[in-house]
Amino acid sequence: MSGEIRHEWPLFEVFVRAKRGLNHVHVGSLRAADHEMAVHHARDLYTRRNEGVSIWVVRSDHIAASDPGEKAAFFEPSGDKVYRHPTHYTIPDSIPHI
Amino acid sequence: MAFDDAYRALTDHDDDARWAYGTGFADPFAGVPTELPAGVDPADLAAYCLMLGDDALIMSHRLQEWVTRAPELEDELALANIALDLLGQARLLLTRAGQAEGSGRDEDTMAFRREAAEFRHVCLAERADADFAHLVARLLVLSTWRLAAFDRLTASRDPMLAAVAAKGIKEITYHRDYAAQWVVRLGDGTELSHARMAAAAEAIAAPAGELFRPHEVEIRLAAAGVAVDPSTLRAEFDAVLGQVLTAATLDPHIFDTEMYAPADCGAAATMPPGPGAPGGRPPSGRDGEHTAALHDILTEMQSLARAVPGGAW
Repeated sequence: MSGEIRHEWPLFEVFVRAKRGLNHVHVGSLRAADHEMAVHHARDLYTRRNEGVSIWVVRSDHIAASDPGEKAAFFEPSGDKVYRHPTHYTIPDSIPHI
Repeated sequence: MAFDDAYRALTDHDDDARWAYGTGFADPFAGVPTELPAGVDPADLAAYCLMLGDDALIMSHRLQEWVTRAPELEDELALANIALDLLGQARLLLTRAGQAEGSGRDEDTMAFRREAAEFRHVCLAERADADFAHLVARLLVLSTWRLAAFDRLTASRDPMLAAVAAKGIKEITYHRDYAAQWVVRLGDGTELSHARMAAAAEAIAAPAGELFRPHEVEIRLAAAGVAVDPSTLRAEFDAVLGQVLTAATLDPHIFDTEMYAPADCGAAATMPPGPGAPGGRPPSGRDGEHTAALHDILTEMQSLARAVPGGAW
């Protein structure tokens, strides 16, 4: 143990994967002393109603996020690139659900 | 095969388990026969179901008392989850007890209409917690014992008891894990947390001995292949506790004590004496012998049901 005692547990972000076929989805955050406790807390907070089969936790301060101030440069240039969407194909009748 | 067609596998909406929230629940008791096993005294089976059911009911109540008082929100919810698991086990076992005695008493009557001397839990379940360390120490002891017992009860000749045990094992495995993590965390933590965890373990070591002293009902039912003789759980219990206590830098032999006296439950024995024990054996919670702590629990737990007979929400 380090000599320093923190009086507040660090924040963790929680990702839960539902039954099958879906990705881990961010469901919320919680406080825990370490990763092991965070997984337990996530189980108790976010999978009480049969929501999940897999949990990821990550320290919130370990997440690198895009800067809201750079939103224009980051995201707007893709707004007019219609040719990036595969919308010019005709889909055969034998391929359903697309 | 259902999923030979990749497109159909992607769009298999018949299976509601693919939805994210709140589906896929199943009744674990569907098809379990409710007849009583042959050659077994129904009164014994009823008493045994009350022992296991009351352990869960009373411990659940003590856990519920921590809601709004837990050190962290996350742990409060964890304790509430555990309390609900135990309450679920209690409901099934009290229902089974009512079926076995043939009295028509249902789970609510059992929980809310019995007097203190009719309860059959061990005194460790009713003990008030001086602090969080006491709570996790009690939870570790009770869930380690219960997991070992349920593990064997899955082979019980009573099909309902076997089904309750099979369902409960997964729940209790988590309870034991939760308690063990905290015992290690506090024991192997700061000087203060170590001292308080050690004090808690020491305080509950003596009353824990009651769990392993077989009652006549347990011995008769164990011989009939229905129950488990608690004295046979000792080796597994000692191995698990030894491992956890060592990791927690606590005395791994603190629970080896065979001493036990009802007064060790921490509350003065001011209750009127229960029905007592046959054959000179010291009376225990399994005989209906309890401390004043149970009076406090029942006063709160039963007050609403007694004030509003037949009330339903």
